[in-house]
Amino acid sequence: MTTLNTKLADGEFAADTQSDDTFLDAVRGYARRVRGGDMGSLPAILGLIVLFIVFGLANDRFASALNLANLVTQAGSICVLAMGLVFVLLLGDIDLSAGVAGGVSACAMGLTIVNLGWPWWAAILVGVACGALIGLAIGVLCAKLGIPSFVVTLAFFLGLQGVTLKLIGEGGSVRVDNPVIRGITIDNLPVTVGWAFALLIVVGFAGLELYRHRSKVAAGLHHSPFGVVAARIVGVSVVTLGVTYVLSMNRSVNPNIEIRGIPYVLPLVGLLVITLTIILNRTAYGRHIYAVGGNPEAARRAGIHVDRIRLSAFVVCSSLAALSGIIAASYGGKVSASSGAGNVLLYAVGAAVIGGTSLFGGKGRALDAVVGGVVVAMIANGLGLLNQASYINFLVTGGVLLLAASVDAISRRRRSATGLG
Amino acid sequence: MAAAHEPILELRGVNKSFGVVHVLHDVDFQIYPGEVTALVGDNGAGKSTLVKAIAGIYPIDTGTYLFEGNPVTVRDPNDVAALGIEIVYQDLALCDNLDIVQNMFLGRELKRRGVLDEARMESMAREALASLSVRTVKSVRQTVSSLSGGQRQTVAIAKSVLWNSKVVLLDEPTAALGVAQTRQVIDLVRRLANQGVGVVLISHNMVDVFEVADRICALYLGRVAAEVKASEVTHSQVVELITAGRSGSIGLAPAEAAQSM
Repeated sequence: MTTLNTKLADGEFAADTQSDDTFLDAVRGYARRVRGGDMGSLPAILGLIVLFIVFGLANDRFASALNLANLVTQAGSICVLAMGLVFVLLLGDIDLSAGVAGGVSACAMGLTIVNLGWPWWAAILVGVACGALIGLAIGVLCAKLGIPSFVVTLAFFLGLQGVTLKLIGEGGSVRVDNPVIRGITIDNLPVTVGWAFALLIVVGFAGLELYRHRSKVAAGLHHSPFGVVAARIVGVSVVTLGVTYVLSMNRSVNPNIEIRGIPYVLPLVGLLVITLTIILNRTAYGRHIYAVGGNPEAARRAGIHVDRIRLSAFVVCSSLAALSGIIAASYGGKVSASSGAGNVLLYAVGAAVIGGTSLFGGKGRALDAVVGGVVVAMIANGLGLLNQASYINFLVTGGVLLLAASVDAISRRRRSATGLG
Repeated sequence: MAAAHEPILELRGVNKSFGVVHVLHDVDFQIYPGEVTALVGDNGAGKSTLVKAIAGIYPIDTGTYLFEGNPVTVRDPNDVAALGIEIVYQDLALCDNLDIVQNMFLGRELKRRGVLDEARMESMAREALASLSVRTVKSVRQTVSSLSGGQRQTVAIAKSVLWNSKVVLLDEPTAALGVAQTRQVIDLVRRLANQGVGVVLISHNMVDVFEVADRICALYLGRVAAEVKASEVTHSQVVELITAGRSGSIGLAPAEAAQSM
């Protein structure tokens, strides 16, 4: 399948191939990259399969439709927070305050409904704006003043918990009972709408992939072999349709009522993944984020405003953290003083890193954060079902995060040794 | 001696200090289209500072920056890039995690309907590399981390071809290269100049300098010791200019050279 650009004489640029020759070559190339340390989300996907089998064997209820639906709603807020963190991690920075920023934002949202009686959409806007404002403050301190992000966000981690405490009072909590906001995690799409969505995604993805493949071949651009494109389409279709099938089954334990359909949070996360992937891969802004993470000096010399990029990444991160806090509030039905504190951030950083986002910057994708988020949620969910004491949960999650960070560091060393990206 | 044509870029009386350290003293520097100007000088003579001042990375304290005869103000690298000046740095300044196309268009991405126009960028990058007869790159979609030093240098230089630059500054382009790759880069420098580009070559390697340069500008402790035609001086004269600031009748006056110490 090697095609040469016909505009150029053969001898001139003969070494530049537009494609790996065959599907097998592509597979071999991928295996070589993995051995060379460029693993992407492979460890996360393998971990997902292993965890699924282990928990499935250990507990009958784990693989039930009811529990898998629970898993989806539990993973929702972690995935969104992890996607936000990807922006900051891509720059080689960290945002330790993202969890509590989500807590404060959810609190602001809750109070706007309870005390001011604003409609749900206005309250969500207030919450997200609150997150953006926090991100702006962090960004100014990090990017403009040059304080290390670790210190700034650690200060915000402590300070924002105080703000939440002040807003809702000692020991109290804000109830979130707006049906729309609660519905994000407790209501489901009608089954037919769910299937329509799933088919739309499969057909849309396949159509887009095939169209891009054909136009790349026609223009003599670098492209993957057709087998790889086909494999990608099959993979996305199997996952999308499989998840839709499982979530469309009746999962009620009470025979008199029926619960079926995709929880609203799933299409919400899906929409975010698509949007953020487009931003990161298809816009100049996204390209600049990767550039700053890869080599800030090179980015600066290329005329990229490095400080503005950093500032914006913190704003994006905290805004998504706000959304994550709102999803968590929807799941819990309330916002308390501990919302977003404790291990929330650790889970999200773990999710991003397990998914293959590098702590050294420059490498990571929105989708990887979601894969990692599902891994983390699955650990919490599975251990919960096994009635393990919560200290085990902390130990296991901490261990997994450390393992993922080690994989990241080792693969980085191997990459620099083998010269792979 | 260059009365025949106007310089495309000219610095007049440029001074630059970092705190109490006065790095550039009243530097006058000209770049002519279609000529290779070698900028030579010992370590700490101010070569890199001069390049960064031209690049817009360091703002100049006093002095005039003229482009095509008109005074211009440069505040950041974007202003300089907009004028058509390309700088290829010693440390290359490429992003390892991005591929060749992404690096060549970094900061100046082409867009179509709001999103990146990858197809056009890839073909343009491929054409730019082909016009330099680059045969060593496997694919323009390789990440830069997988390239050798010479290949990286080529990518960095190809960037200037891509953008039809009027002036290209090369900071020690052959310092880390082997014999064959040095040969290729020197040929590339000549080809750029033949296309009418004003090229500045910063180098410690006198063989390279005499092979490709039309004019030589020697810096000595932040001052321009001499600006001479390469055909009118010898190796040893240039070495003397670099090390002592003067050589026979050319160079700084003895008092001035001593004062610089």
